[in-house]
Amino acid sequence: MSIGSPKHPATGSTRTEAATGDPLGPVVKRWQFRFPKSLRTPLGFVGAAILVIWLILAIFAPLVAPFDPLAQDFPRLTGPGAENILGTDTLGRDVFSRIVVAARTTLPAAVFVVICSALLGSVLGAIAGYFGRAVDEIIMRIADLVFAFPTIILAMVIAAALGPGLKNAIIAILLVSWPSYARVTRSLVMTARSSEYVIAGRLLGFSAGRSLLREIAPNVISPVIVLATLDVGSAILTMAGLSFLSLGAVPPTPDWGAMISEGVSQFAAWWIAFFPGLCILTIVMAFNFIGDSLRDSLDPHTAQEVGETTS
Amino acid sequence: MAGASTVPQGTRDAAPPGPVENDAAQRIEPPKLHPLLRFILIRIGISILLIWGVTVVTFLLTNLVPTDPVAAILGDRAAADPEIVAQTREKLGLDQPLIVQYFTYLSNLLHGDLGVSNQTRTPVLESIGQVFPASIELGIGAILISVVVGLLLGLLSALRQNTIVDHAIRTLSLIGISAPTFWIATVAYFVFFFKLRVVPGAGRLDPWITPPPKATGLYTVDALFSGQMATFTNALGHLVLPSCVLALFTIGLLTRFSRSSVLDIIRFDYVTAAKAKGLPTRTVVFKYIFRGALVPIITVVGLAFGSLLSGAVLTETVFAWNGLGQYAYRGATTLDLPVIMGVGLVIGIVYILVNFIVDLIYGFVDPRVRVR
Repeated sequence: MSIGSPKHPATGSTRTEAATGDPLGPVVKRWQFRFPKSLRTPLGFVGAAILVIWLILAIFAPLVAPFDPLAQDFPRLTGPGAENILGTDTLGRDVFSRIVVAARTTLPAAVFVVICSALLGSVLGAIAGYFGRAVDEIIMRIADLVFAFPTIILAMVIAAALGPGLKNAIIAILLVSWPSYARVTRSLVMTARSSEYVIAGRLLGFSAGRSLLREIAPNVISPVIVLATLDVGSAILTMAGLSFLSLGAVPPTPDWGAMISEGVSQFAAWWIAFFPGLCILTIVMAFNFIGDSLRDSLDPHTAQEVGETTS
Repeated sequence: MAGASTVPQGTRDAAPPGPVENDAAQRIEPPKLHPLLRFILIRIGISILLIWGVTVVTFLLTNLVPTDPVAAILGDRAAADPEIVAQTREKLGLDQPLIVQYFTYLSNLLHGDLGVSNQTRTPVLESIGQVFPASIELGIGAILISVVVGLLLGLLSALRQNTIVDHAIRTLSLIGISAPTFWIATVAYFVFFFKLRVVPGAGRLDPWITPPPKATGLYTVDALFSGQMATFTNALGHLVLPSCVLALFTIGLLTRFSRSSVLDIIRFDYVTAAKAKGLPTRTVVFKYIFRGALVPIITVVGLAFGSLLSGAVLTETVFAWNGLGQYAYRGATTLDLPVIMGVGLVIGIVYILVNFIVDLIYGFVDPRVRVR
């Protein structure tokens, strides 16, 4: 097996093949994350394309939006037409401009909250998995408690207690989403802890911090990143749900969930709710498509199938 | 297959230290808890601990509020008077240490006191009791639809793996879990009621129909009991669209999960053996593959129930469905904290109980789970 195996890009040494069924894969010595081949599935490609379009729209929002998203300059509740391509809302604001500008808060907020909860969750999970005993018990029982609620319900309760606002909505989502990272990281670290390279390090007298950061972390990071990609979509959905319950961004800030909430009472003016919802759908779908392709690459069964269909 | 099922029995008997499972051996053995009973007791213990944890969470969140609860209860003029404020604080027990406040809170909860709505001044538990059956009716409708459709789609997708059918179902289920439920509800209501007029409008019954005499609180069941067929069909008609919308997300979830579960089972030797024996495809699929795949799927139904509860909070308002969800929505939009905390507590407890039942079913169906 080792004869034809590739040279390790960073160290130049021959990479040892992982034993089949090893959940961690080959030992990685340096920080690295290569984009898996499986992203080349049609779904992964479509997802990436939609995401790129949204990123461009969000970055250049002030140039794309034809009008001021807050200006109440137009006749109220006019349908999609030549001037306001997606119509106007109950206060005579341009729906298209509001949608585009809302992407600028939603996207960074969702990515930010996912990065924070992935960091918090995997640090806590790593501590729990590495040290075990009482620390493990305390951290994982708190995680269990968070899992005892349906996500949006706990987020709603926390956001309501903190008071409405984007910042508090982000805190609420952070508090409800870290446990899934903690669980995954904990089990990965527990597996890695008993592997030979970590034990060797411990025998050399490495500290727990060095062992965790330099040796274990590079080997458990990929699943966490995949999980995080999958999670951006659900973070956007939860955030939209909170602002639908008017616990998100405070008016008049344009926000997709709040726009749908406004449209619920205006059935004749369908465009107010329809287009923001379409935005949420496409962007969450993009993340789910990408996440689905990434996840396939982690599962040995499906990874093989993906390889067969794409090659 | 009678011969095959005795094989694990035989190997278990052959294992030296394990308890021998026949009547004679059990009488000799010292009294020991049956593994199933032990499993049930452990699950009950965990559930009680979790419910206790939920009360701690809602208590802490209520006390975390930046706004002063006294100011919310008193008017502006009364809040300016320090004497009245001090009196109210004493009356509410706010001058006590946090731990004493928690025990007061817990004892109130055990006496069924979830507080009083800031908006309507009605006790929260009473209101929840009134709206709860509506959500249960909606939830049952949605879970029935999603289990049937989700399992069948997942099975079909797995059996036709990597064909156009599989890809179509996988893509659709991904889109299904990507759409915000409250938006789907708005669009569906607009299309099917406002434009096409194929479903009745909002609410649980048409306004001119009187609700059936209350027994269970589920309009369809109550109408059937009292023999009012017109009321039954009307209630059922009102139920169709909301439960389909609510089911959409869970259909996506269940389809994806049952697909992977069936794919795991298909690889087993006993399926190959059944096929090799020349059994008809229908027998292989439903008696061998589907039954094996069903066990892990049970756990996901519990998970699906959680997302149904969440979905209800976000969609009931759109359909003017007078349930727990609409109550929570009204509480959230008016920042009525006692209402929000009450709903959070009740949903948390219901979710824990559902997962407890799911665990029990799982323990009954799959003996391996109990041993751990």
